[in-house]
Amino acid sequence: MSEPNEHARHIVGPGIYVAILLALLVGTALTVWASYVDLGFWNPIIALAIASTKAVLVVLFFMHVWYSSKLTKLTVFAGVFTFLILISLTLTDYISRAWGQW
Amino acid sequence: MPDSLANSANTANSAHVEHPAYLRHHFNSAEQQADAASFAMWLFLLTEVMFFGGLFTAYLVYRNWYYPAFVSGSHQLNVVWGTTNTAVLIFSSFTLAMGVWCAQTRRRRGLVLCLTLTFILGLSFLGIKTIEYREKIEKHHVPGFHYSMQSFLDPASDPEVYKEYHDKPLAPDMARHTELYFSLYFLMTGMHAVHMIIGIAILGFMILRARAGAYTAGHVTFVENFGLYWHFVDIIWIYLFALLYLISRH
Amino acid sequence: MSDTIVRLPDQATARIPKDNYITRENGLLSWLLTSDHKRIAILYLISITFFFFIGGALAGLIRLELLTPQTDLMATDTYNKVFTMHGVIMIFFFLVPSVPATLGNFFIPMMIGAKDLALPRINLLSWYLYMAGGLLALYTMAVGGVDTGWTFTTPLSTHYVNTNVLTTGLAVFIAGFSSIFTGLNFIVTIHKMRAPGMTWFRLPLFIWANYAASILMVLATPVVAIAIVLIALERTLGIGVFDPTKGGDPLLFQHLFWFYSHPAVYIMILPGMGVISEVISTFSRKRVFGYTAVAFSSVAIAVFGFFVWAHHMFIMGISNYAVLVFSLLTMLVAVPSAIKIFNWTFTLYKGSITFETPMIYAFGFLGLFTIGGMTGVFLGSSGTDIHLTETYFIVAHFHFVMVGGMLMAFLAGIHFWWPKMTGRMYPEKLSQLAAVVTFIGFNLTFFPQFILGMLGMPRRYASYPPEFQILNVFSTAGATILGVGYLLPVLYLVWSLRYGAIAGDNPWQATGLEWQTQSPPLTENFVEMPVMDHEAYDYEWLEKQQQAEKAREVHRAG
Repeated sequence: MSEPNEHARHIVGPGIYVAILLALLVGTALTVWASYVDLGFWNPIIALAIASTKAVLVVLFFMHVWYSSKLTKLTVFAGVFTFLILISLTLTDYISRAWGQW
Repeated sequence: MPDSLANSANTANSAHVEHPAYLRHHFNSAEQQADAASFAMWLFLLTEVMFFGGLFTAYLVYRNWYYPAFVSGSHQLNVVWGTTNTAVLIFSSFTLAMGVWCAQTRRRRGLVLCLTLTFILGLSFLGIKTIEYREKIEKHHVPGFHYSMQSFLDPASDPEVYKEYHDKPLAPDMARHTELYFSLYFLMTGMHAVHMIIGIAILGFMILRARAGAYTAGHVTFVENFGLYWHFVDIIWIYLFALLYLISRH
Repeated sequence: MSDTIVRLPDQATARIPKDNYITRENGLLSWLLTSDHKRIAILYLISITFFFFIGGALAGLIRLELLTPQTDLMATDTYNKVFTMHGVIMIFFFLVPSVPATLGNFFIPMMIGAKDLALPRINLLSWYLYMAGGLLALYTMAVGGVDTGWTFTTPLSTHYVNTNVLTTGLAVFIAGFSSIFTGLNFIVTIHKMRAPGMTWFRLPLFIWANYAASILMVLATPVVAIAIVLIALERTLGIGVFDPTKGGDPLLFQHLFWFYSHPAVYIMILPGMGVISEVISTFSRKRVFGYTAVAFSSVAIAVFGFFVWAHHMFIMGISNYAVLVFSLLTMLVAVPSAIKIFNWTFTLYKGSITFETPMIYAFGFLGLFTIGGMTGVFLGSSGTDIHLTETYFIVAHFHFVMVGGMLMAFLAGIHFWWPKMTGRMYPEKLSQLAAVVTFIGFNLTFFPQFILGMLGMPRRYASYPPEFQILNVFSTAGATILGVGYLLPVLYLVWSLRYGAIAGDNPWQATGLEWQTQSPPLTENFVEMPVMDHEAYDYEWLEKQQQAEKAREVHRAG
C-alpha cells in the first residue's frame, strides 16, 4: 500500500495566515533597519538569519509543511541539504585557495 | 494469477466504478491523485531550489572576492522600491494562502477575490521591477550593453546615490567587478521575474476557472499546488532582497 | 549450454494474446499521443537506439583516425568535434535515459502493481523533450558541431571557440529537463502508487536502483542547466562570470558542471545495477543476498555521489585542501558499489546458475565494472590522478564502467525483458554469441587504453607518438569487433518480432509482478489490482504458484 495520505482534512485558517503575514512584515522592517546599522561581520549573518526565519515561516505555514506528512518534511529537508552541500563543498575550494601551498 | 490469462480487457472495462470526472484512470482514488500531485509539485520545487542554487553559489563566491564592488553596486539599488516589492510579494503570498483557504471551504467569490488580488500584487511587483530596470538601463549599469563604471570610479558624479552613502571611489580594478555584481543582479532578479511572469499567467487562467467554480467543488489540488509554487517564488525573493539590496547601507 | 531454465509454452498452440498494449489502438497518432508508459518506453527504445548508433559511428571515426600516429584521416579541429559529439550524444542521449526511460518506464509501474506512472502526460512530454534535444544536437552536428569536449570547459567554451556551443548547450539543457521529469515521475510513482502489500522492502531491487537514480536526476540536473545558461550569457553578453579579465573564475563553471556530471555517472550506472540484481537472481534461482544492503547501497551511492565532484578538477587549479577533502570523500563512494558486487557474488554462491544471454551480459558486467570501479579508486587518489588524468587511463576507466558496465547491463535488461515487452523470444545461440563477441571486442578495445594512459598518451589528441601505435591498432580492431557485437542484437531482436518463439507469461520463471501477467502486457497492465503477499525474489512462492497452475490445468483437462 502507498504512504498514508497527507491530503489531510486539516485546513489552515485565516488566523494563522494573518499572524504569519505580520511576522513577515516585521521581519522585513527589521532586516532593512539592520542593514543601516554597522554591526561588522554580524551584518550578513543577521540578514541571512532574518531571511531564513521568514523563509521557514512561509514554508511551514503558507506551504503547510507544519501540517504535512513526514515525506513532505523529508523532501524539503533533502532540497535544503543538497543546496547546502553545493554551497559548502564549493566554498571549501574558494576559502582555502589563499591558504598557500600547505 | 494465472486466471488473468483467461480474461481479456472486457473484464477491465465492464466494471467502471463511479468516480469524479477529474479522477484519472491510473489512480485508485482522488486522495491518491491529490497526494501524488502535491508530492510532484514539491519535487519540482526541489529542482527550482537547485537551479537557483547555482546562481546563489556564484553570488557567494564573488561577493566574498569583491566585497567593496558589491557594496557600491548595491547602493545603486533603490531600497524603497526593494522593500516595497518585498512587502508586495509577502502580501501576495498572504492573499494566495487565503485563496487556498477559500477553495478548501468552498467560498467561490472569496477565492476569485483572493486570486485577483494576488494577480494584481504580482503585476505590481513586475511594474516596480520595470521601473528599477529602466533606471539601471538609463545609468548604463547593464552588463554587456555599454556598461559604465563611472558611478564607481567617481561616486560624486552620481549625486542621488552619493548624498545617501558617500561612497569612496573604487580602484579601477575593483570598479570593473561591479559588472559582476550587476550580472548577478540581473540574472537572479531576471530569473525570478521569469518565474513571476509564468505564475501570473497561470493565475490569470485560474481566475477564469475559479469564476466557473472549478476549484470550489472539492477539487482544490490545482490551487494548492500553485500556492506552493507561488510561495516558493516569494521565498527566492526574500533571499534576493537580503543579498542584493541590503549588503551594507551604513 | 544445455542447462536452461527457459520454459516456453507449447509452440504449436501458443499465440500472442490478441489484446495487448500494442494492439489496443492503431495508427501513428495513437503512439505519438499515447499516455501509456509502455508505449512511451518503446518510443524511447527506438530513439535511443538510433542515437546510440550515431554516437557509435562517431566512435568508429575516432578509432579510425587513431589507427595511425599522424592526424591523417581528418583535420584536428574535426577530430575535436567528433569526440565532443561522441561524448555529448552517448552521455546525454544514450546512457542517461537508457535504462530508466526504456526499461524503467515499461516496468516500474508493473513491478509495483500500478496501472501507469503517476504523471503519464509528463512522461510523454519527457520523450518529446528528449527528441527535441536530440534533434537539435543532430542539427548542430550537421552545421559544424562543437569542439570543446563534452565538458564545455571554460574559458575555452566561452571565449576561445567559434563553434556551436550555444546550440549544443541548448540541446543538453532540453534533454536535461526530459531527465528531470522522468526522475520526478518515478519518485512520485514509487512512493504513492504501490499495490497493497507492496512494502518498500518487498520491492524488486530494480525499483530501488531507479529510485536512487531518480533522486539524482531531480536534484543534480538543474545545476548543469544553470551552468549552461551562464555559459550562454557569458558567450553572448560577456557578463564576466567565468572571465578572469572581468574578475570571474572559470573554475566556478567546472564546480557547477561537475556537481551534476559526477552524480550523472551514478544516474547512468544505478539503473544498470538494478537490472543486474534482477538478472543474477533469476538465473541463479536465488534471492539476492543481502537485499537490504543492496537497497540501501543504492541510496548511499546517490547521497555520497553528491560529495565528490571535484575529483574531476584535481589538476584544474582548485586549492590543495579541496583536493584533499574531495579525494577522501571519493574513497567513501566506492564502498556502496563494492557492497553490491560482493552481494551479487554471494547471490551466485550455491545458486543454480544457467547462462542464458542476460546472464552472460551480467557476468560481463561483474568483471568489467569491477575493473572499471577499481581504477576509479586509483584515480580518486589525487597523487595518482595527477599523472593519469587527461590520459587514456581516464578514457579506459570510464569506458569500462559505462560500456563494460552500463551498456552490458542495458543489453542484459533488454534481453531479459524482451519476451515480456514483445511476447517473443530471440534466437538464443545467436544472442549468446553476440554477448561473447561484445565481451571480447570490449576488452580488446579498452584494455590497451589503460596501458596507453599509463605510458602517457593524452586523451582528446588526434596524433600520438609512434611507439603507441600497436596498442591503438589493437584498440581499433577491438572496436570493429565490438561494433559487430552491438549490431547483431538489433538484427536478431527485430527478426524475433516476426519469427521469434512465443514466450508466454514467464519464460525465465522469474518472480516479479511483471512476470505474472501476459506477454505483451495489457494496456492497463493487470486485470485486477495485484496484492503483494510475498517477499521479493521468493522462488518458493513461485514454485507454489506453478504447482497450483498445473493442478488447475489438470483439473480443466480432466
